[in-house]
Amino acid sequence: MYSADHLNLSRRRFLRQGAFTTAALGLNLLLPPWARSGAASNLGGIRPLSGNVFDLSVDKAPCTIDGRGGQGILVNGQLPAPLLRWREGETVTLRVTNRLAVDTSIHWHGILLPFQMDGVPGVTFPGIRPGETFVYEFPLKQAGTYWYHSHSGLQEQSGHYGPLIIEPQGVDPDVVDREYVILLSDWTFEDPHRVFAKLKKMPDNYNFQRRTAGEFFRDSRERGLGNTVDDRLMWGAMRMNAADIADVTGATYTYLINGHGPQDNWTGLFNSGERVRLRFINASAMSIFNVRIPGLPLSIVQADGLPVAPVETDEFQIGVAETFDVIVQPRDRAYTLMAESNDRYGYARATLAPREGLSAEVPALRPRPTLTMKDMAMDHGEHSGMNQSGMDHSGMDHSGMDHAAMGHGMDHGNGTERQQHKHAKGPGVVGLAMNPANRLSERPLGLQDADHRVLVYTDLQAREKNPDVRPPQRELELHLTSNMERYMWSFDGLKFSEVDEPIKLYKGERVRLTLVNDTMMPHPIHLHGMFFEVVTNEGDFKPRKHTIVVKPGEKLSVDITADAIGDWAFHCHLLYHMHAGMMRVVSVLDEPAPL
Amino acid sequence: MKQSATLLVIGVLLCAGEGRAQTAADAFYDPEAMAAAREALKDGHGNQVNSLAIAERMEYSAADSEDAFVWEGQGWLGTDANKLWVKTEGEYVDGDGTEEAELQFLYSRAVSAFWDLQAGIRHDFKPSPSRSHLVFGAQGLAPYWFEVDSALFLSDEGKLTARLELEYDVLLTQRLILQPRLELNVAASSDREVGIGRGFFDSVAELRLRYEIRREFAPYLGVSWGGDFNDTADLVEREGGNPREFALVAGFRAWF
Repeated sequence: MYSADHLNLSRRRFLRQGAFTTAALGLNLLLPPWARSGAASNLGGIRPLSGNVFDLSVDKAPCTIDGRGGQGILVNGQLPAPLLRWREGETVTLRVTNRLAVDTSIHWHGILLPFQMDGVPGVTFPGIRPGETFVYEFPLKQAGTYWYHSHSGLQEQSGHYGPLIIEPQGVDPDVVDREYVILLSDWTFEDPHRVFAKLKKMPDNYNFQRRTAGEFFRDSRERGLGNTVDDRLMWGAMRMNAADIADVTGATYTYLINGHGPQDNWTGLFNSGERVRLRFINASAMSIFNVRIPGLPLSIVQADGLPVAPVETDEFQIGVAETFDVIVQPRDRAYTLMAESNDRYGYARATLAPREGLSAEVPALRPRPTLTMKDMAMDHGEHSGMNQSGMDHSGMDHSGMDHAAMGHGMDHGNGTERQQHKHAKGPGVVGLAMNPANRLSERPLGLQDADHRVLVYTDLQAREKNPDVRPPQRELELHLTSNMERYMWSFDGLKFSEVDEPIKLYKGERVRLTLVNDTMMPHPIHLHGMFFEVVTNEGDFKPRKHTIVVKPGEKLSVDITADAIGDWAFHCHLLYHMHAGMMRVVSVLDEPAPL
Repeated sequence: MKQSATLLVIGVLLCAGEGRAQTAADAFYDPEAMAAAREALKDGHGNQVNSLAIAERMEYSAADSEDAFVWEGQGWLGTDANKLWVKTEGEYVDGDGTEEAELQFLYSRAVSAFWDLQAGIRHDFKPSPSRSHLVFGAQGLAPYWFEVDSALFLSDEGKLTARLELEYDVLLTQRLILQPRLELNVAASSDREVGIGRGFFDSVAELRLRYEIRREFAPYLGVSWGGDFNDTADLVEREGGNPREFALVAGFRAWF
């Protein structure tokens, strides 16, 4: 029906028109899998733009969330921003016009590019002034699922984010019949600056799942009065809240899939038996999701855009800014795609169905998880200090590292050493991890007891051998620090506003960055410009990522090859944490490391 | 101490080498525009000025001897480390007019994770004659979640008094909150003109039950018991009053 000449036009019109029948789904097979995304009549996929040259305009624009009108800061008037389809090996040009009254920017998340095109005001360029058009231009050296978003102020919270997909130059190893972008995000009708202001005034403002007297009595019945009193006294002594799972919650957020709230019920259609690729992107400001599709095993094939050895699971957690490509093979029925916020106060939901108008049961929200001793890094049980499970130090070349100088206080002899904290400890720092442990093989908070498979980081293995398998020459340690009572977030006890110096890396060097989470919250830590290998083992197929969620009380390492000269942002991808100061600049200097 | 720790962090963890701020982008863009953007980035990531205004108690108090309108509120403006802090409280008695009204202006410095040290001035517009005080205090969160506000006051008459306020929130539900509160005022010496004797005065134990319709707005009901003790109680009794009373209170808490 569609000739090749008309293909491009036809598929775009097709996507826009929406409503179609199973018969149309058949005709649809003439299209490449991504154009076969299709759309239910009310919803539709995210409108794609493809080619080499793109015109993007940033402006305030109305949007509708679950039937309620709001105003966002949107790209081309869309929430989310247009799906950009690029092709590996080509050079793209993006003309971004700022129609706001304030500066804006677009950062291409996870894209390897010249740093001056990275789009972080104050680090890689001055920002885009009101009325100005900035032209980004860079070659594409990778393929996979990524996204883009504002790096100015809190604009990201207002809808300034969108998916981008780079098609591989060769044959896509993951053959599918159909694909959808599943872009998760959190929307608030409040002014994001007001949200931040409230967190500064009353840090538990959005937490409506605090521990109550009722919970005390319930715990007393279940675990005994003595234990419950001890537990409450322990948390009280530290002035920490075991129910502090998320700072900003469903009390103000509506969780979205492809810009649609749970009532909208975004629906993706498929033909029974098809292999469907779901490109999950967590574009939230603050929300970590646990994702499952009851009845469907999920085959994870990509993490943060790069192929991983396929691993099957039933549920996975996606931190802010992470992406996962998942292949499913649904049968002739409807499925609910359930993305629970990690504090279980709300959810995003979509439907996968063979026909329009179908839906499946939406599972009830599971109970709010509670932080444990281990999250405080005070567990004295099986893990002790640096004797990290799943980590084999024997194959590692320690010769180039002076552990004493790095302040590790590592004592491989008896395993009773405590974590050192040679960083600033001012009003912004509460709680120091005494015995942080490598938790890469552990399930995320709240999923420990799920009676099905749950993805853990050690399940991920790069499909291709790591491009640089040299052992690290140098080790850096950085602590994730906070004081929830003052809503202060920092690295090494210092906010970005308090430091003058970047973290310096030298051209070509191989660095092991160890992150110690002294806080009670998981932090998705993101490095611009370079992927890092997550040290899940000492092999040559470590998963490569641009964002890693560091669990509370965790100490983990990532290896970085400093091959991208320039200045790069490095930060917690929880937007208000970054805004509060949990950020650094990493400068890769065009000079060899000093001896 | 903190600075040496900072230097250590930069020196040891962020690796040695020549000091050089991140300026790579200056080769591609106007260095002046970059410098301005860098400043803005720094200020926007940890150096913001925030504020709070809270009316902790706006209430009607009904006791045997008198009914009164009582207020207590605080506000601050500043960064994480440095704040200007304002506190006010007072009492308007039915029929007698404003009997107490005080206002404090304080500089507040975050000195540890949970504590601010505060210093400034306090002026009592009422009772008459008015008094001014130097204030030195500590405000914060004690272990086990006790909110503490404490201060020493040295008046322009050279009289020393101290105040300690303790509050604790018991969450009956997410919105229904029971708050025991204790306030102690103690004088080192008497100041007869304003009716204060040596020892404890104006000290109360209270219990309020509030319902947070929104986090920002919570009406409440409560009870209050207390008043004057020691020498001040004697003064009150000599004038034929009840030094200590039981009162029912109704009011609201609000912040923005």
